[in-house]
Amino acid sequence: MAVENTLAQSSQGVRTMDIPVPEEKLKEMEGIARKVRKHIIQMIFNAGSGHPGGSLSATDIMVSLYFGVMNHKPEEPNWPDRDRFVLSKGHAAPSLYGCLAEAGYFPIEELATFRKIGSRLQGHPDMRKTPGVEASTGSEGQGLSMGLGMALAGKLDRKPYTVYVMIGDGENDCGQIWEAAMAASFYKLDNLIAIIDRNMLQLDGPTHKVMSIEPLADKWRAFGWNVLEANGHNIGELIETIHKAKHTKGLPSIIIAHTIKGKGVSFMEGAVGFHGKVPSEEQFKKAMEELGEADA
Amino acid sequence: MKKTTWDYEPQRPAFSRALVALGNTRKDIVVASADLSSSVGTLAFAQEFPERHYNFGIAEQNMVSSCAGLATTGKVVFASTFAIFGTGRVYDQIRQSVCYPRLNVKLVATHAGITVGADGATHQMIEDLALMRALPNMTVVVPADAPETEKAILAAADYEGPVYIRIGRANVPVCTAGKDCHDFEIGKATLMRDGDDVTLVGTGIMVAKCLEAAEELAKHQVSARVINLSTIKPLDEKILVKAARETGCMVTAEEHSVVMGMGAAVALVLVENAHVPMKRVGIPDSFGESGEPDELMEKYGLTVDNIVDGAHDVIKRRGR
Repeated sequence: MAVENTLAQSSQGVRTMDIPVPEEKLKEMEGIARKVRKHIIQMIFNAGSGHPGGSLSATDIMVSLYFGVMNHKPEEPNWPDRDRFVLSKGHAAPSLYGCLAEAGYFPIEELATFRKIGSRLQGHPDMRKTPGVEASTGSEGQGLSMGLGMALAGKLDRKPYTVYVMIGDGENDCGQIWEAAMAASFYKLDNLIAIIDRNMLQLDGPTHKVMSIEPLADKWRAFGWNVLEANGHNIGELIETIHKAKHTKGLPSIIIAHTIKGKGVSFMEGAVGFHGKVPSEEQFKKAMEELGEADA
Repeated sequence: MKKTTWDYEPQRPAFSRALVALGNTRKDIVVASADLSSSVGTLAFAQEFPERHYNFGIAEQNMVSSCAGLATTGKVVFASTFAIFGTGRVYDQIRQSVCYPRLNVKLVATHAGITVGADGATHQMIEDLALMRALPNMTVVVPADAPETEKAILAAADYEGPVYIRIGRANVPVCTAGKDCHDFEIGKATLMRDGDDVTLVGTGIMVAKCLEAAEELAKHQVSARVINLSTIKPLDEKILVKAARETGCMVTAEEHSVVMGMGAAVALVLVENAHVPMKRVGIPDSFGESGEPDELMEKYGLTVDNIVDGAHDVIKRRGR
């Protein structure tokens, strides 16, 4: 069963999105995002390790992609014409696994094996183990290059797919990101769309205190990218922004998605401490309650 | 003694020819360069198939990970740069982007070893075999000469998974083209000359020197067996163990640091399977320096005489 999304097939075979996203569809996706957030908390609590903050901040973006934007077939993960998503900030794996499970790439029950011995769900994404994972990531800074390679192949083979890459804001510290930025505009890769999960925090603290990356939009513009910004927790706005990016020709696009680290769990929001920290049992219960209430 | 009958040929044009041949027969072959296409030998492919060649500029990290991305779509990717920039500088990218997901990326590292010469230590990569053979899923090939380079490139294209191929800059003696040499196969060493008293195992440009050393040893009634170990990983353990058992001692020769190179790899096989006296001829644990290739080979202990001395030493230690 292919994932139902807001895309419609036009006569030229080019998919166009239904903009603005219908209210009913938005509600459905917001519901999925809440489920994914609950999966994240449950997975990290079960495993006793993992990265809740950056997984929660990235969730609405990934839900927008998997359930509102991308052409993909969970029953045929290697479909050659599929859109690709590369999670360059590999530590947000719980969010990716939650989305893939909800989309039907593997059973939801399998999420309980996250980070356990013998599991297909490694601490950081492994493309050889997990159906739907497009690239093995975890060493920051390499995913944009991998997506660039996929986009080059798409152009060479005249394939219709788009490659989406999510990078963290701290990841902008990496030199390799800027090597890839330079090459993507040089090769005019309008089939490559990067999204920055701009949650303002990295492991050691606020990004402006650890290593300032501003003016971020100007930097990407100077590297030849079409720069867009969006509220990273507003699924309707995200999909509209991605739609604009998809229709920009001749250069790659990047969306600076403004997010809140730990989004959805009150005591994790904006808390540096929850970059890679496991909630206590009490915190776990409180988090699940909060997310459950949001469900009602 | 130096054998003067060798024909000399550089390895890079052989690499270049093989790439163009592959480009003609296979649409899935793509090539990546990092601002060194005219030096490494990818330029001919770039001119012949411009749409399938990507120049990434002086940005090797991006090149390696992008090649991984290309490979996920079914491309067989050859990325080439100097060994110094294509290994240590991008070890993490090779590890995470290429080897961990076992992607079809073939890294062809040129200008390897001390024979780079005048450029000096900053450009003389003498620890790449140590780095590459430590990586899971990596295959490591060191062709002995130009004909074997061509065969290795063609074989790598058909070989599933990451491959590291190491070639040099200088002209090298053509030593594998004789009738005694078997067809090239990744993972298989070649018996170049039979003998009973000592085994000389060479890799890369040291294979020809091992053959010269065997000639020299013959004058002293020492019968030396010579093996071309062109694949460093996976090792052809069978031929090594057999030779160690039959000749009772062994000398390895490589244009690489003796720390964790080919000789070290062979030593580990012998220590577990056929414990015999052994000598590693290679670059001592040090950086190189500027100089002519022959001068450097002399100064850093990579001559025919070093191999001959090593042979006498292990024979003496074996005590028979």
